Amino acid sequence: MVTVALDADFFHRWMSAVSAAVDREAQRLTELDSAIGDADHGSNLRRGFAAAVASLDEERPDTPGAVLALAGRRLISTVGGASGPLYGTLLRRAGKALGDAGTVDAARLREALRTGVDAVAQLGSAAPGDKTMLDALYPAVEALGESGEDFEAARGAAEEGASATVPMLARRGRASYLGERSIGHQDPGATSSALLFAALADTAGAVASGDDGEAA
Amino acid sequence: MKMLINVPETVVADALRGMAATHPDLTVDVERRIVLRRDAPVADKVGLVSGGGSGHEPLHGGFVGPGMLDAACPGEVFTSPVPDQMARAAAAVDSGRGVLFIVKNYTGDVLNFDMAAELAEDEGVQVAKVLVDDDVAVSGSTYTTGRRGTGATLFVEKLAGAAAEEGAPLERVEAIARRVNESSRSFGVALGAPTTPAKGGPTFDLPAGELELGIGIHGEPGRERRGMMTSGEIADFAVDAVLEDLRPEGPVLALINGMGATPLLELYGFAAEVHRVLAERGVPVARALVGNYVTSLDMAGCSVTLCRADEELLRLWDAPVRTPGLRWGM
Repeated sequence: MVTVALDADFFHRWMSAVSAAVDREAQRLTELDSAIGDADHGSNLRRGFAAAVASLDEERPDTPGAVLALAGRRLISTVGGASGPLYGTLLRRAGKALGDAGTVDAARLREALRTGVDAVAQLGSAAPGDKTMLDALYPAVEALGESGEDFEAARGAAEEGASATVPMLARRGRASYLGERSIGHQDPGATSSALLFAALADTAGAVASGDDGEAA
Repeated sequence: MKMLINVPETVVADALRGMAATHPDLTVDVERRIVLRRDAPVADKVGLVSGGGSGHEPLHGGFVGPGMLDAACPGEVFTSPVPDQMARAAAAVDSGRGVLFIVKNYTGDVLNFDMAAELAEDEGVQVAKVLVDDDVAVSGSTYTTGRRGTGATLFVEKLAGAAAEEGAPLERVEAIARRVNESSRSFGVALGAPTTPAKGGPTFDLPAGELELGIGIHGEPGRERRGMMTSGEIADFAVDAVLEDLRPEGPVLALINGMGATPLLELYGFAAEVHRVLAERGVPVARALVGNYVTSLDMAGCSVTLCRADEELLRLWDAPVRTPGLRWGM
C-alpha cells in the first residue's frame, strides 16, 4: 500500500464528516442514552462538533496537530457533561502527539490516536469492558494495523466494539447507576465513538478515490 | 408532550433571562451562563461556586445570594456546565480569600469542575473542592462512579454558605461542607419519568400502577420497580433506606423534597409520614424543610434527605439566608 500523507485539510474534512455523522445520528444517540443514561448524548455532541467545525472554518489551522487540538478545545468549552471533556481530551491529546508537522503518515496518526485513547481511559478511570466509549476506541485503533491505513477495518472494529457493549454491565458513567439493568443496551458513548472512525474511513475513501494528488 | 417553551435549544438561556428580569439582587450573565450575587466579590469572604446541569431548579441558580452561594453555573438540561463558566465565576467571586467549588458527584460534573479549578488556579485563585455524594440507592462504589449527589447539595450549600458569610476561612468552609456531606444521605422515588426538551417525551416508560425506587435526579431509571405504594409505605421504605446507611444517634435535619411535578399537598402528606417513621425509629427531627428544591424537570416523585445535626450545624442552618429559592431571617 502506498503511504498516504495526511495534511491539515484531511483532518479538517474528517472533523466535518464527524459533525455530519453526529448530526445525522443524533436522534439515535439520544434514544440509546435515554435507555441507560439521561437522553442528551446526541444533542450535546451535535452542538459540540458543530462548534468545533465552525472554529476550524474560521481559524483554518495549518497543521494536523493544530486541527485536532482546536477541535478538542472547542468540544471542552461547548459540550459539558462527561462527553465534552472525554472527546475533547481524546482530540487534544492526539493533536499534541502529532506535533507541528505539516503532514503526517497514517502510522503516526494511529500512534497519536492511541495516546489520545489512553488519556481518555485515564481521565475517566475506565478500562475496556466497562461499557464505555473505550470499547469501540481501543479495537478501532488496533484495527488500523501496522501501516495505520486500514481505515475500513477500523470502522468495522469500532462498530463491532459498540455492538459488543450490549451484554456488558456498565461500570463507569451514568449507566453504572443502573447496575444489572444496564445489561441489554448498547452504550451511547461507544456508538458515537464508532461514528468517529466511520467518518475517518469515509474521509480517507473520498481522498483516495477523488484526489490522486494527495498520495505521495 | 406539551411544554411551556419556545424551542428546545433556548430553554436555559430563556430561563436565565427570566431570572435576570425577576431578581434585581442577582447579576445574570445570559451569554456566559453565570448567576452571581449582585455584590460579588464580597470583601473578606470565601466565595462559594456551584453548578450543574439545568433541570433541577431552584438548584443551583436559585440558591445564589447572601448566606448561600456567590455564583452558580448552569449547564444544558441534565448536562454539566463547561470549565470556562466555573473558572470565570471563580474569578468574579474571589475576594482574595479563596473559592470553594461544590460539585455533585457525576462523571461530567467532576471532570468539568476539575478542569475549571486548574484554569482558576492558573489565574491565581485558590480553589478547594467538595464532592456531594449522598444517594444511598447507588452502592458498590468500586465498580461504579460512586454515590450520586442529590438532596444533600442543599444542605451543603446552605450550611457552608452560612459559615462563609460569618467570615470563616477557606479550610473551615471546606471542612464544614465535607462534614455536612458525610453526615447526609438521601433516597428518591419516581412516580413518573421527566420530559427533557431535547427528547420531547418521557426519558423512561413507567407503566400506570408502578413506581421506581432509588432514582436519581436526571431521569435515569432507578434500581427497582414495584407496584404502586401508599405515601406511608414509601416513607417507610425511603426513611429506612437512609437510616440504615446514616445511623444517626441524635437529631437530624430533614429535607422532604419534591421532584418537580408532585403537588405540595401530597408532599406535606408525605412529610407527615416521614415524621411518623422517624418518631417510630426514635430519631428526633431538629429542623425540616418541605418543597421542590432539588428537582428533575417535571418528574413526579419525592426524595428524603437526612443530615445528622449538631449545635453548630443547627446554628448555621438558622443563620439568615436571602436567595430566590430559600429565604429567612433577613
